[in-house]
Amino acid sequence: MDDQAVGTLSRAFNMDVFLRVKSLLAAQFGEAVVVGEEVAGLQPALIISGEWLPQVCLFLRDHEATYFDFLSCISAVDNGPAAETFTVVYHLASIPHQHQLTLKVMIQNDRRLDNLPVVPSVSSVWRTADWHEREAFDLMGIYFEGHPDLRRILLPDDWHGYPLRKDYEEAETYHGIPIK
Amino acid sequence: MSETPYQEAQRAYEARIAAIGAEEMVINMGPQHPSTHGVLRLQLITDGELVKEVIPHVGYLHRCFEKHAESMNYGKTIPFTDRMDYLASMNNSHAFVMGVERMLGIEKQLPKRVEYIRVLVCELNRIASHLIAIGTYGIDIGAFTPFMWCFRDREHIMNMLEWASGSRMLYNYIWVGGLFYDLPVGFEARCAEFVQYFKPKLAELDELLTNNRIFVSRTANIGVLPADVAINYGCSGPMLRASGVKWDLRRVDDYSVYPELEFDIPIGEGEMGHVGDCWDRFKVRVEEIKESVRIIEQCLDRLTKALKRTADFDPRALVPKKVNLKAQDYYVRAENPKGELGFYFVTQEKTDIPKRVKARGPSFHNLSVLPELAKGVLIADLIAILGSIDIVLGEVDR
Repeated sequence: MDDQAVGTLSRAFNMDVFLRVKSLLAAQFGEAVVVGEEVAGLQPALIISGEWLPQVCLFLRDHEATYFDFLSCISAVDNGPAAETFTVVYHLASIPHQHQLTLKVMIQNDRRLDNLPVVPSVSSVWRTADWHEREAFDLMGIYFEGHPDLRRILLPDDWHGYPLRKDYEEAETYHGIPIK
Repeated sequence: MSETPYQEAQRAYEARIAAIGAEEMVINMGPQHPSTHGVLRLQLITDGELVKEVIPHVGYLHRCFEKHAESMNYGKTIPFTDRMDYLASMNNSHAFVMGVERMLGIEKQLPKRVEYIRVLVCELNRIASHLIAIGTYGIDIGAFTPFMWCFRDREHIMNMLEWASGSRMLYNYIWVGGLFYDLPVGFEARCAEFVQYFKPKLAELDELLTNNRIFVSRTANIGVLPADVAINYGCSGPMLRASGVKWDLRRVDDYSVYPELEFDIPIGEGEMGHVGDCWDRFKVRVEEIKESVRIIEQCLDRLTKALKRTADFDPRALVPKKVNLKAQDYYVRAENPKGELGFYFVTQEKTDIPKRVKARGPSFHNLSVLPELAKGVLIADLIAILGSIDIVLGEVDR
C-alpha cells in the first residue's frame, strides 16, 4: 500500500467484489451456502446459511482473491417480536485489497429465554470475534456455539434478560435496589 | 435467585479462579486504579512478579448507547455519540453524521466550508486526544512533567472548541447536514496563533519524553504486537500502525475533504527496539500530532482565503427538518484518534427513529488484545502496555 492509495466507499463496497465472492462461495461450497442476497441498499449483503459460517469465513479470510483479514464488526439485530427472527451481521474488510463485504445470518427463534438463537462462533477465524460475540450474547442473547468463553461482558454476571431485544422488560429491582 | 441458563462459561470461569493454587496469586487491578485510565478492572493471575494471565472485566461505564439510540431520532443521538469517546467527541459525531448523510444522499452537496470546518475541529480534537494519551502515558511510567505540559497545551484546544461550540468536551457541534454554528469571528486567527505556539512545544516534548533514556528503556521492546496478531484481533488506529501496517481510513476511504489535504501516515519502525513495541505506539501518536498540525494549517489556509466566511453563509442550510430514510442498513467507518470507529445503522420506513444502531468502538477491540500481549510480562510492564493501548472506557463500555 502506498501513501496515495485512493479508494472510495463505493469502490470498497462495490458489486464486483460482491459478485466475485458469491461465485467463489458457490464454487467452493455449492449453491446452498448462499441463501439470499440484499442488493437494493447502498451496501450489498450476502445471506449465508448459518451452519456453513465458520468455513465460509475461513475461506474468505485465506483466499487470495478476497483476503478478508479484518473483521470490523459483528452486530446482532432483533427483527421484532412479530418476525421471530434474529440477524447477525458480519462486516468484513480486507487490508491488502481495501474492499469490504457484509455477511448476514438469519436465525428463526421463538424468543424464549431458555432457547437462545444459535450461531456458530467465528472466534477461531478472527480472535476479535471473541469480544464481539460476547457482546452480542450479553445484550441480544445470541448463543455462539464453539465460543471459548461466552460470559457476559458489559452487564453484570448475574443480569437477567437481554436488553437490546425489542420485547425486553426492565426488572423492578437489582439486588434489592429499585432501578426503575 | 433462580439459576439462569447459558451460565456454563461463567461457572467454568469461577471454578478456574477458585482452583488457583498456592504458587499463583490473583491480583485485582482496578476498577479504581489510577493507571487503568477510568473504571477498568484487570484480574491478574501472577506467579511472583510475572503475569501469567490477564482477565479484563469491562462494563463499569456501560451507558446503554445502543438502547438509547433506538428510542430517539438521529439528531438527538449525536450528543450520546459525544459521550462515547469523550476525549474525541468531534470525531465521534463526525462519523455518525457521515453515516446518516450518506444514507440521505446529501454528502456530496455539503458546502466545502462546512467540510473544512469539520476536518479542522476533528484534527484539533485528535491532537487533544493524543496529548492526553501521551501525557497520561508519561505519568504511568513515572514522568510527571510531560503530563502537565500536555494538559497545558490541550487546554488551549479545549478553549477554542468551547468558543466554537459552547461546551468544553461534549460539543454537539457537527450536525446532520451541517454545523451548529459557523466558526466564531476570529477563530481562524486564534487557531493560527495556537499552531505557532504549539510547534516548538512539540520539539520540547520530544526532548523531554520521546528520547528520554529512562522512558525508552521502560517502553522499547515491551509488549511487542506483531502485525498479523494486531489484524486478527481487530486492532486499528495507532495500535495497528505501530505494528507496521499503513492503514488509515482517512486515506483508505477518502472521506470528507481528506483527499484534498496533504499528510503522511506514520507507522512504527522499531527505531528504539522492535516494530510494534510500546515505544512505537507512543511514537506513532507523537508523529500523528505533527501530521494533524499540517492538516490544520492547510484547513486554515483555505478557510481564510478561498472559503472565506461570507455574510450569507448558513451552515445549517442543509440540516433536514426530519431525517426521512427508506428501510436500509449501512455501515460507516471513520478514523478516530483511537482507531476505526464504526456505526451500523438499520433504519425503518416512515419514522426517523432507527431500528438498530450498533457502535464499534476502537478502544474495545484494542483492549481485547491485552491478554495476548500481557502473557508472561512483569507487572510493571503490564502498566506500560496498558498505557500504550490508549483506551477510553467511555467507548469500551459505551
